[in-house]
Order: sequence, then structure tokens, then C-alpha cells
Amino acid sequence: MSDAPAPRRNWARVLAPLLVGLLALGAWEAAIRHFAVPAYVLPGPVAIAQTLAADGGSLVASLLVTLRTTVLALLLAVATGVALAVLFSQSRWVEMTFLPYAVMLQVTPVVAIAPLIIIWVNDVQAALLICAWLVAFFPIVSNTTIGLNSTDRNLLDLYRLLGASRWQTLVQLRLPAALPFFLAGLRISGGLALIGAIVAEFVAGTGGASSGLAYRILEAGYQLQIPRMFAALALISLSGAAIFLALSLVSHLLLRRWHESALRAER
Amino acid sequence: MSDAAPPPVVALAGVTKRYNNGTLAVQGLDLRIARGSFNSLLGPSGCGKSTVLRMIAGLEPPTSGTVAWPEAGRPSLGFVFQDPTLMPWRTALDNVALPLRLAHVPKPERHRRAHAMLALVGLSEAAGSYPRELSGGMRMRVSIARALVTEPELLLLDEPFAALDEITRFRLNNDLLRLWEARRFTAIFVTHSIFESVYLSGRVVVMAARPGRLHADIALDAPARRDEAFRTSPAYAALCRTVSDALEKAMAA
Repeated sequence: MSDAPAPRRNWARVLAPLLVGLLALGAWEAAIRHFAVPAYVLPGPVAIAQTLAADGGSLVASLLVTLRTTVLALLLAVATGVALAVLFSQSRWVEMTFLPYAVMLQVTPVVAIAPLIIIWVNDVQAALLICAWLVAFFPIVSNTTIGLNSTDRNLLDLYRLLGASRWQTLVQLRLPAALPFFLAGLRISGGLALIGAIVAEFVAGTGGASSGLAYRILEAGYQLQIPRMFAALALISLSGAAIFLALSLVSHLLLRRWHESALRAER
Repeated sequence: MSDAAPPPVVALAGVTKRYNNGTLAVQGLDLRIARGSFNSLLGPSGCGKSTVLRMIAGLEPPTSGTVAWPEAGRPSLGFVFQDPTLMPWRTALDNVALPLRLAHVPKPERHRRAHAMLALVGLSEAAGSYPRELSGGMRMRVSIARALVTEPELLLLDEPFAALDEITRFRLNNDLLRLWEARRFTAIFVTHSIFESVYLSGRVVVMAARPGRLHADIALDAPARRDEAFRTSPAYAALCRTVSDALEKAMAA
């Protein structure tokens, strides 16, 4: 029943990584200045920050395009991944038949199949979405399937004894039991969806107003605007971290009352 | 303790269970359980006592022989597992209310009945707590409350207190007896503790292992009221001795 947070521990959790980050950035800046490295080889953090401040607007607009693809792909991955996992858990035969194909989709590099998808699918946005979805959906299928199959045997017996229907057993027992597994998969998939979206954008190399952040990186590379390239990279990294944090928060909120992984060190 | 006159609640005749891997878990078991009686199935591990319980519950079919319900068909069952087997994402109240929920009992009524049942096992305050916030003994109480919330005629218990410390175990033994005195359900209690079986039951069925079979059927002439005084009485010690001798022979057999 203890909902009270442990403030001191939380402070340390934020401060310690922040301090390390600041120290690393300081060392980087100092090294750049000391060795007089030109900005077109490796810009320092200050130069990157200046670029971000000066023309961050166009970068952020592109970032939003990429994030839209990422979020849509992740939602699609959740829907298809959970549906497929439920299907797998209902029948060993279905799992045996389809799991190898799910694995094959996962191990095929997106970079290799993205060009094909972009050729086959006329709409570029849809093609990008498919690429990002392809990388994001496997951890969700795989984790949720494990979760659904590792439901407590005794609880399954109890449900059977109480005459529960297949639907009741799925919704009231197997899905909640699989939730921690699903959420662990979701956190991995969140980052993968972003990577998938960016890789696909690189391959597509599309121009125009509605293009994503990857294209800005390519563009800056061609024009040797290396600080701008780094600024775009920083935005991607920060977004990835933000996605991970957001999904971790979701996970914590859903599990904090009952699951071991969300327990605070309170005893 | 005569179980001959009224028809038994459940009658096992020539029940044999062979698992797919060839293990003969139970062989030719005949057993009749009288209505309202408290029975213990006692035996060393591997004697198939849990298998017998699972066959009575209908969780596993016997390979041969019959499990029959001579009275009006299969009565309502309650089952208590060795582990509390609670859903960690549900509060104690919702765990207790589960059988009612699965039977589509409306929410106000199932909450009322679950609350009453929690009160009966002394856990009124814990209604809103999640299983991980409860001690091992409290979790087991929730599990027993869940098994009894439907007011079953037959309660099956599969070594429910085996994992608890002795003090908690004694207390839960007393609680279980009190519930049995109040409700008079028929109980089949699987255990490997001589002391527990003697303390709780009017009849101890001793089983031998490999293959699991009935070795001795002991009716216990014990006082109606069992409490701490009984636990330390010479009568209790004598009964334990009788059962212990039977178990020893069963293990040598």
C-alpha cells in the first residue's frame, strides 16, 4: 500500500547519468579545442548546440515526420503482435506453422528489403511504415507468446475447475499474466520502430517538405554541414531515449502494484 | 465414524492412473468418502495422493476404474493448491471473488460474499491488498477463502500448509477446523504430515508408494473439539503413534 516515492533514490537516478553526460561533453569540447579539430571533421558540443538553436526549427519539423512514422509503426506492431501471439497461444499447430516465418522476417535486415518495399508500395509513407513495423513487431510477438504460455499451471487448472470459458481464461488470466512480458517487448520495440523508420528513410531518400530526419542527415552530409548532421543525430538519440523513458513509465504505472520488476527497494 | 450407512459423497472404485511416460501413479484404489467427514490422505511423496485428488476434482481422468458421485451427481467443489495460486494483479477481494465472477454473479453480490468470506478467515483489513503485500499465511487464507466462497459441498486440499512455518501452520489448522465445524463440508486433505492429519481429520487414509495404493484406513476416535489442549494430550500422541506405525509399514511395503 506504500505509494510514497523514495525521493532521494530518484534524485540519484537522474543526477548520476546527467553528471556523467556533462563530464563527457566537457571532455569532448576540451579535446576539440585543444587539438583544434575542424568542425567539418568533428564538431564540438557547443557548435552542435549553436546549430540546433539557429536552425533547429526545420530539423524538429523533420523529426516530427519521423516520429509520426515511428508511433504509427509501433501501434501497428502492438496490434498485429498481440493478435498473432494470442493466435499462437490458442493452438500449438498455428504456432509451429507460422513462428518460423515470423523469425525469418525478423532476421532479414530491413536495409536489404527496404528498397523492395519502396518499389512495391507506391505510397512512400506507407512503405516507411511497413519497414518500421517489420522490425518492431517481432519482440512483441515473441515476448507476448512466452508470457501467454508461461501462465501459472495451477491457475489454469483452477480456471478449468471453475468452468471458465476459453474467452474468460484468455482475458482474465492469460493476458494479464502476459502483461509484464508484453511490456518488456514493447520497450525494445519502441527503440526498434525508431531505428526502422530512420533506416527506411535513408533508403528511400525522399525529398520535399514531408521528409523525415534521415533525409536531413543525408542532405547535411552532401553539403558538408557536419554540425547540422550531428544536431540531427542528437535529436534522434534524444527521441529514442524519450521513447524508452515513456514506455518504461507506462510499464511502471501498469505493474507497480503487483509485479516484482516494478517493486521499489522498500524492505 | 462408520461410512457405511448413508451413500458416500464420492466413491472411487478400482481407480488406476498410468501417466503417458509409463509411470504407474495409482493402482486399484477403492475409496468411499462419507458426507460431512474430514479425511486425510497421508503418504510419502510419490504415493499418488495428489493424483487421487486431481482425479476426484476431474482435472485428470483415471486410466481405468471409476470416480462416481452416488448422490445427486458431482457436488460443488473447492480446491486449495499447495501454493496460494493467487492472481498477483488482483486484490485479495477480487481473488476471493473469482469463482463468483466466472459464474457471472453480479458485482455487488460477489463483493458482499467475498467480503464475508474474508472476514471469516480473519482478513477483512486485507481486502484491498495485493498478494505480494501479504504474508505467506495470509495468502493461504485468501486461497482458502476463494475455495469456500461458493460454499462447496466438497473441499479438496492439496498439501496447502506444506510451505508455511509451524506457528502459521498450527493457526491455519485451527482456522480450517473452525470453518469445517461451521460449514460441515466434506473435506479431503492431502498431506505428508502425520501430526497434521491426526489433528484435523476423523479418518486417515494411509497410502503406499510405487505404485500408489491404499495401505491402511484408520478411523480416529478423537474428541469433537480439537484445540491446543488436544494437541498436547496423551490421546493425540497415541493416535499419532497409530498413524505413524501404519505409515512406517506403508513405506516398508
